[in-house]
Amino acid sequence: MDQLTTTSELPIPVNAARAVARPVLSALESVGRLGMMLLELMRALPEWRAWLPRTIEQCQQVGIGSLLIVVLTAAFAGGVTSLQAGYQFTGSIPVYLLGAVIAESIILELGPVMTGLLLAGRIGARYAAELGTMRVTEQIDALESLGRNPASHLLLPRILAGLIMLPALVIAADATGMIAGFLAAKQSIHITYADFAYGTQRFFRTFDLWYSVIKAEAFGAVVTIVPCYVGFQADEGAEGVGRATTTAVVTSCVLILLLDLLLAKLLL
Amino acid sequence: MIELKNIHKKFGRHVVLDGVDFTVADGETVALLGPSGTGKSVLLKHIIGLMRPDVGEVIVDGESVGQLGRKALAALRGRIGYAFQTGALFDSMTVYENIRLGITDETCYADRDYCRSRAAECLRLVNLTEDVGKLMPSELSGGMRKRVGIARAIAGRPKYLLYDEPTSGLDPVNADAMDALIERLQKELHATSVVVSHDVRGSFKVADRIALLHNGRIRAVGTAEEFMAAKDSVVREFLERDVQFATEG
Repeated sequence: MDQLTTTSELPIPVNAARAVARPVLSALESVGRLGMMLLELMRALPEWRAWLPRTIEQCQQVGIGSLLIVVLTAAFAGGVTSLQAGYQFTGSIPVYLLGAVIAESIILELGPVMTGLLLAGRIGARYAAELGTMRVTEQIDALESLGRNPASHLLLPRILAGLIMLPALVIAADATGMIAGFLAAKQSIHITYADFAYGTQRFFRTFDLWYSVIKAEAFGAVVTIVPCYVGFQADEGAEGVGRATTTAVVTSCVLILLLDLLLAKLLL
Repeated sequence: MIELKNIHKKFGRHVVLDGVDFTVADGETVALLGPSGTGKSVLLKHIIGLMRPDVGEVIVDGESVGQLGRKALAALRGRIGYAFQTGALFDSMTVYENIRLGITDETCYADRDYCRSRAAECLRLVNLTEDVGKLMPSELSGGMRKRVGIARAIAGRPKYLLYDEPTSGLDPVNADAMDALIERLQKELHATSVVVSHDVRGSFKVADRIALLHNGRIRAVGTAEEFMAAKDSVVREFLERDVQFATEG
């Protein structure tokens, strides 16, 4: 009788090749599934009667629900940036430059990135957990069994809400951060409004605002598409939902940081 | 008519269905029996196209389920009502909204008055009052969830009804009530039905024919009388186990 060969007995290069091939194949499979999901989303666009009312509902939940925490975080970020910059500016550097530093750092970086990371936690975790629970409790199967398209009923409204609301939240964060930055600077280094406004306008370009909105749009796609995909693929009960939620948040955060770098390199 | 031809399905290396051939005639109720984990629910999901066979063909209402495009599959699903084992109710919606979503005709779905009266009618058919429509699924007991699941499944006036373990997890009194409900629905709706179960006595009560799924294949098919008289060792063992449970209980 032929003897079976166990994996431990295989030559080392074969085992090494398998160790490399498995994650690569798994990653390729995920890319393929994600592509299929995006295709399904495109095909669901004409079913506006299904996705439009649900998108409005999701916009309220994403936008209004996240506004307070976004504004609060932006206010603290603006205030701290202002205090630290003010501390370093003590000396021969003109104070009006503080306005430029605060405005540019808030609009170009802190506003979009902090809002993106916040929503990756707040919205991303929620979407992944909601869809994951729906998957493991057969609610998604039930929806399909009723002849309804999960892409138009569940996915598209969530993704569109992110794409619509994240730029709006980033603009709110930008405005709040700048106001908080000015108030903190006024208290700490006694900068006047005229100096602050001069510094802000001196180095401000309209493109900066567009850049902020472009980043917000990209982050909005990340914090909705990734959790929707991961939640939709969840399995193995409560453990699977927990794993999907963690994966969604971690992946979204890492992708936001990578996109931040990529967009800075490409657009600035 | 529902036809399953040589259905094979495996998950990884685990073979679940290994050449299932199975037919349900129009207006007939067939109970699909078998121990837990033998692939009864998997088979049911093949009928409605939630799963695709590795090999074989599923034909429902003259249409090959695997060959249908998105719209045609959605239209076919509109003619099939699927009552899930746990109800699978949408927990962010009220019972009324759940049942409304079961109305698969878009014109009817858009008519709120029709939806309200149809939801009330479906709730009455499953022995629940109209007031239940205002409740959230989390406020319902296990038995009520199953009944609301059935109400949702019949809301679109389906031609086919698939029940996944309708009596599992219910006490004997409620299980009997559920069997009576299925029997009554069959009489009122005249749908072609498949009832997946491991409850032998309940299946004998509601079904015209019984099929036993064993080791991924249909081991035996026949009427309740034919089943009781069967000499096959697997059929005997399955029937005796149920009788044993009943006497021990």
